[in-house]
Amino acid sequence: MAEDKATDQDVPQGFDPSLIGLEQTGTDDKDAASGKMVQFVSFKVDDSEYGVDIMAVREIQGWVKVTTLPNTPEHVRGVLNLRGIIVPIFDLRCRFGNGLTEATELHVMIIIAVGDRIMGLLVDAVSDILTVNTDEILPVPQIDSGGDQRFLAGLITVQERMVALLEIEKLFSIDDLVAQVTSAAE
Amino acid sequence: MLPAGHDDPFAQFKVTFFEECAELLADMEQHLADLESGSYETETLHAIFRAVHSIKAGASAFSFARLVEFSHKFEFLLDELRDGKLAVEPDLVETLFRGFDVLSDLIGFSQNGEIVEGSYGQDALDQIERFLAGNGGAGNGSSKNGSAEDDQGLATVAAAASASVDAGEAAVEKDNSKHFRIEFTPHEAMYRHANEPLLIIRELKDLGRTETTIDISRLPSLQALEPEDAYFSWVFDLWTTHEREDIDEVFEFVIDDCDLTIVTLDSTDEVVSVDVSPCRVDADEDDGFGFFVDVSAVSAGTVSAIEVPKEEKPAAAAAESPAASPSPAVSVPAAPPAGSAQAGGSAASAVKAASIRVDVDRVDRLVNMVGELVITQSMLAQEIELGAQMSADRVGTGMDELSMHIRELQENVMSIRMQPVKSVFSRMPRIVRDVSKKLGKKVRLVTVGEDTEVDKTVIEELADPLTHMIRNSLDHGLETPDERREAGKAEEGTIRLSAEHRGGRIVIEIIDDGRGINREKVLSLAKEKGVISADAQLSDNEIDNLIFAPGFSTAEEVTDLSGRGVGMDVVRRNIQSLGGRVSVQSFPGKGTRFRLMLPLTLAVLDGMIVGVADQKYVVPINSIIETVRPPKKDVEMLVGGGSVIRIRGDYIRVLPISQVFGLEGGECDPSKGLVVLAETEGGRAVGLLVDALAGQQQVVIKSLETNFKAVEGIASATILGDGSVCFILDIDGLSKMKIPEEKLENRRVVAGKKQTNQNDNIAAGVAAE
Repeated sequence: MAEDKATDQDVPQGFDPSLIGLEQTGTDDKDAASGKMVQFVSFKVDDSEYGVDIMAVREIQGWVKVTTLPNTPEHVRGVLNLRGIIVPIFDLRCRFGNGLTEATELHVMIIIAVGDRIMGLLVDAVSDILTVNTDEILPVPQIDSGGDQRFLAGLITVQERMVALLEIEKLFSIDDLVAQVTSAAE
Repeated sequence: MLPAGHDDPFAQFKVTFFEECAELLADMEQHLADLESGSYETETLHAIFRAVHSIKAGASAFSFARLVEFSHKFEFLLDELRDGKLAVEPDLVETLFRGFDVLSDLIGFSQNGEIVEGSYGQDALDQIERFLAGNGGAGNGSSKNGSAEDDQGLATVAAAASASVDAGEAAVEKDNSKHFRIEFTPHEAMYRHANEPLLIIRELKDLGRTETTIDISRLPSLQALEPEDAYFSWVFDLWTTHEREDIDEVFEFVIDDCDLTIVTLDSTDEVVSVDVSPCRVDADEDDGFGFFVDVSAVSAGTVSAIEVPKEEKPAAAAAESPAASPSPAVSVPAAPPAGSAQAGGSAASAVKAASIRVDVDRVDRLVNMVGELVITQSMLAQEIELGAQMSADRVGTGMDELSMHIRELQENVMSIRMQPVKSVFSRMPRIVRDVSKKLGKKVRLVTVGEDTEVDKTVIEELADPLTHMIRNSLDHGLETPDERREAGKAEEGTIRLSAEHRGGRIVIEIIDDGRGINREKVLSLAKEKGVISADAQLSDNEIDNLIFAPGFSTAEEVTDLSGRGVGMDVVRRNIQSLGGRVSVQSFPGKGTRFRLMLPLTLAVLDGMIVGVADQKYVVPINSIIETVRPPKKDVEMLVGGGSVIRIRGDYIRVLPISQVFGLEGGECDPSKGLVVLAETEGGRAVGLLVDALAGQQQVVIKSLETNFKAVEGIASATILGDGSVCFILDIDGLSKMKIPEEKLENRRVVAGKKQTNQNDNIAAGVAAE
């Protein structure tokens, strides 16, 4: 686990906002040319495909009923008992503003570690494990409307499909923010 | 004296040593308190002596020079006491307490690797010396034989301590070495004081070349022989490059148990004795250390050589400092910048022990139980392997057994963490003693139920609040002797500290027979300080509880004892953070009773599982007062949608959980659902409207904040038997929550009620910070 952690920290640095700057300087950059290989777990929400750093993924589990938390934002589906650990589950579809997922047994929870915390993402299906070079990660174009791009760390193209890489740290902190706003509004 | 660094190979042993020290100190404190109260036996004195002795022994193993030095002196005083040479009298007990303080501080310093001021603890040493001097002879009286018997001589050695010994340099060149003659006559009691001459002789041998002469003339006939007494005495000739201090150090521990003379001979003497003495024993060749030398063979030359230096002795002795002022020993680290070492009181901030001591019995029981578990498990496995032929009956029995064992196992594992409250209670006599002295009050502390067991974490957290409350009672509760006499009470006040188990909780009470709470003063002060509004109407009980409000102090002057009125507020917060409650009940002129109710453990909670809509929640049993199904006539709707129920003439706010949590399908009419009356921190009741009670169960507390964040109205989570997560309700949090319909709640329900609400909200709001 200790080794995992180390890689954990390395990888986001590889494709963080700094990447945008890196891309602009062109391919003659030494580091970019010898960019390292990173792996992502890709999954589907509606028709879009997303990826999270494989080192952050702890396990993947089929949907089971969770206990709902009162007075929390809608995308907080509740908490799950993961072998004695209480893990909050977030509905990604809802998080992206597309309404609640009608979860069935076929839906999947991806349990990931963010810093010291463990959390689960409710998605439609897990599709693949992608191995890409950090050079292939493209920056997210700046779009004014909506703030959901903030969750994205980069974009990659796999077999003509676009996979959006999630920046889980941000996803989590924004969750916090939203929760605060919600409670303040009350 | 280095701090226990990471590279310290002894770090682990030091940890053990300090843990032991903590235990020994706790014991010692208890015994000292007994000593003071007069209810002691000889064994008490022995126990105190043993504690100090053990500390000394450990300290010397780790070279904590200051600690060794002090504990040595202290031990000596205790020995006198133990032997009945000193009588137990208040002054002496005072000294012992002071010594205890210094000892625990020194241990603390050693533990943290702090540097100790050279003068630290000097007053205690002086006191000890005074008692020893007062007794005269300092234990010498028992043995009058031996040639070098004078207190001065003893003192010279006592004064010495040095860190510069390098025993490895044993190879001594005769040319540049000095020649010492050491006469060493142990007192009879030496062995009984856990000293061993052989070790000393070995150490001497390490310093250089020795010649040893033994005097066995004191050895009585076999019939008269006391096997535990020391009868031999020795004369050593030592050639060494080491300094005089190093020799002194060898004898450091025994100087009070022997007659000792150390003289320096010049080289001519040396030559004589070396050549002549037929009984010369080269230490390297003979490990008998002269034990087996024929006494009759001691040559005239050697004997005369002993005589010669004797005349030099007084000079040598006089050169050294007298016993009354133990040296600011060489080994003591340089004096630190002023203020870096807090003299006194710093022992309180001792590092929390990270380990616990468990009865072997309990561990055995655990091992037993695990064995049973394994047997049951294999029985079940066997049965299930049979497949279709398995007997449902036997599987059922097996499962029953299994669950029983697991339950027992759980209880036993929990019991490992259980410790008697004695460890906290035993600190209190000391506090009472010190504080009452300072305040000039006469106080007797009675403790009851010290063996009541409670979870270790609770105990650790209990010390501070308890200390504060005791101080509070001493400072504010009890009157001065004069006042008490006027009030027709005995001059001596009583504080009763008790602990008992009551319904799965521990109840700790602090009862004093003092003046009680001055309600008028509390009330006016509370109004003055804005704790409550000026027109508030409060019941007596509510007024009493105001002392827990933040920023409150009723003392006419702010004293350094009870702090600045933040105390009781902090006490309440501490207790609440432990899941407990604190309340006060005052009887004007008769006394005050503080009552702490604490859970026995922080890991498990007895809960009532309630059903609300399709959800289940756990209500902590210990906050439930009762559960009612109110008749329609007792339910009153308030303007704005909130509701209250009338119970025994009181109006109690009802919170429909389903509305508060925004659940659909839950009951909102109190007369149709069940109302669980629960107590909040302010002692106020609130009614939780639920659909059904689903049973009582012990639940293991799981934090929601580990992976998520705190959710209003929910204290923590737990996992039910079916593996699902269930939330434990936070009664206080809930009572502060609003339901949407309640936003316009009419605040003018009942004037008194309104005020109570406000006060509690203020207090609770601060507590929540």
